Amino acid sequence: MSVKGAVLILGARSDMARATARRFAQAGFALQLAARNAESLQAEAADLRLRGAPSVSLHEFDVLETEAFDTFLDSLPDLPRVAICAVGIMGEQGESQRNPEAASAVIRSNFEGPAAILGLVANRMEDAGRGTIVGISSVAGERGRASNYVYGAAKAGFTAWLSGLRNRLAKGPVHVVTVLPGFVATRMTEGLELNPRLLATADEVAEAIFVAVERRRNVIYVRRVWALIMAIIRALPEGIFKKTSL
Amino acid sequence: MKSLSGWGRHPQVPCAVHAPRDCDALAAHLAAGPVIARGMGRAYGDSALNRHATLDMRHFDRFVDFNPETGQLVAEAGVTLDQIITHFLPRGWFLSVTPGTRFVSLGGAIAADVHGKNHHVDGSFGAFVDWVEVMQPGGAIVRASRDEDPALFHHTLGGMGLTGVILRAQLRLRAVESGWIVQRTIPVETLDQMIEAFAGAEDAPYSVAWLDAMSGTGRGHVMLGRHATLADLPRGRRSAPFNVPRPRPLSLPVTLPGFVLSAPVLKLMNALYWRLGLRKAGEALVDWERYFYPLDAITGWNKAYGPKGFVQFQCALPEAQSAEGLKALLGALRDTGAGCFLTVLKRFGPGAGPVSFPMAGYTLALDLAANVRNLALMDRLERIALDHGGRFYLAKDAHLAAKTLHAADPRMAEFARWRSERGLNAAFQSEQSERLGL
Repeated sequence: MSVKGAVLILGARSDMARATARRFAQAGFALQLAARNAESLQAEAADLRLRGAPSVSLHEFDVLETEAFDTFLDSLPDLPRVAICAVGIMGEQGESQRNPEAASAVIRSNFEGPAAILGLVANRMEDAGRGTIVGISSVAGERGRASNYVYGAAKAGFTAWLSGLRNRLAKGPVHVVTVLPGFVATRMTEGLELNPRLLATADEVAEAIFVAVERRRNVIYVRRVWALIMAIIRALPEGIFKKTSL
Repeated sequence: MKSLSGWGRHPQVPCAVHAPRDCDALAAHLAAGPVIARGMGRAYGDSALNRHATLDMRHFDRFVDFNPETGQLVAEAGVTLDQIITHFLPRGWFLSVTPGTRFVSLGGAIAADVHGKNHHVDGSFGAFVDWVEVMQPGGAIVRASRDEDPALFHHTLGGMGLTGVILRAQLRLRAVESGWIVQRTIPVETLDQMIEAFAGAEDAPYSVAWLDAMSGTGRGHVMLGRHATLADLPRGRRSAPFNVPRPRPLSLPVTLPGFVLSAPVLKLMNALYWRLGLRKAGEALVDWERYFYPLDAITGWNKAYGPKGFVQFQCALPEAQSAEGLKALLGALRDTGAGCFLTVLKRFGPGAGPVSFPMAGYTLALDLAANVRNLALMDRLERIALDHGGRFYLAKDAHLAAKTLHAADPRMAEFARWRSERGLNAAFQSEQSERLGL
């Protein structure tokens, strides 16, 4: 175990997760990469070791298999100092509207699964008397929009859940960070025409998460402009909002 | 489709850009038609532009292996030189050769066979590359080195991505004792003095000169350097020799209007820089960032030249004709009254390989705003270089005519022939390769 402890990354294959893993590796943290088909992350592990991680372990993890969570946590080489959940799928709104199974998959992948696993990690951190939980949620959860409200609703649930967990743990040493990244240039947004001023890179998100963990921030937007945008969107009266197509 | 350009922001061309994440996706793009790979987009002109398929290789950015005994590093092509320095300088390793910006990809550095201030001693980037892995038409991945498929290896060093998509490479880093450089600044009043100063500094590991191209005399500063040893550092710095001050980069967030860097302003900037250098004459301890990458301190400096962008002129002249050729080039600049600030002269050692740019002699590089007058001036400068036995640096080029290139560099016709023999010309094409008949 390294002096700085380990960082667990759930959903380690995503662009934001990769960038975040690198940022923590550079700072000398050990890494526990959890994802489906984890064995295929060998090249990432080698890269992270060369970037400064004293050790990197790979762990099979599926956010929909809640019954396997305890075994999964028992299998980690040690209790992580920081647990970051980057799991999530955008889904396709039209499909989610037609097909309850598809909607359920979006809700389970973005809310139910992440909340369940982070809840178990939080309990263990509370027992150990230290740790930081980082949940990557979304600005889409701040107000439901026609274009992606199933995803948005799941993220809203996750944001509320993180808020509640933070409130529950506030008297103790365990800290909870909510990340609302806005648009990020990742696989998820590839091919979309997005305003470059609003579009953060995965490396920017990684840096913001690293700083938020170090300074025990509560809720962060990566690009500050998003705090303003979301304040306006939240403040719009429903009568007006319902007629917009944002 | 997205409007894309090189670092000079001229020309801007609508390109379909794909950013594959693995070799299968990459191979699928190769199967669909001619492509060109692109890294950080720091080639100045149209080397990394292909209208139908420009492949953004920045997802291939993993370190693969490092041998702390020998300094041999294996990395994917999208890793930047900046990343290499960030992770390996604190362990006592620096790049064996570095260009004037660290924000280039490894693949790009190999494809352009970039050179640095130590070319006269060490040669170019390729001299420290042990092998490259290149994706060939059909998706096969071939490892090429001085022993395995040497033709592919040597044509890839300086081959501007036209020999295949560079995937990874092994390079040898240089052991250093500190992150500091002992710099010696020698002000000179004329071009002849400058050439003399270079000749007298053959054994300096690093040498480069800045030249006031607008002064009429060829005055400037020759800057020599060597990596500082522990003994060179003040006592207080010896315990942490790799800790150097890292100022936050400034950023040029907007494109300046074209008139800002007009000739009178540039003339003033040159005069100021000349004065500044006079004050720095002699020896000083400078950190690696300020020594090697002064321009990297301003993110987006390429936006200073206005919305139309700028072009770089860079040629190499053979030893025997250097003095005369350089005088003719500076004379042409003066006649036109064109403004340029970033004028750099550098002594080259012997060249290497069938396509690599450097040759024994001198290289002159300068920036010109891309306006009608300056583009005409470019024709004239190219003519002068050609008449003095010069050749041109493709990583900087956005302007050459095929005729000029082939007249200056007979190796290029050979390169085109070799490409067609290996079936590479139908698979790897850039705006530049089409313009220049490569």
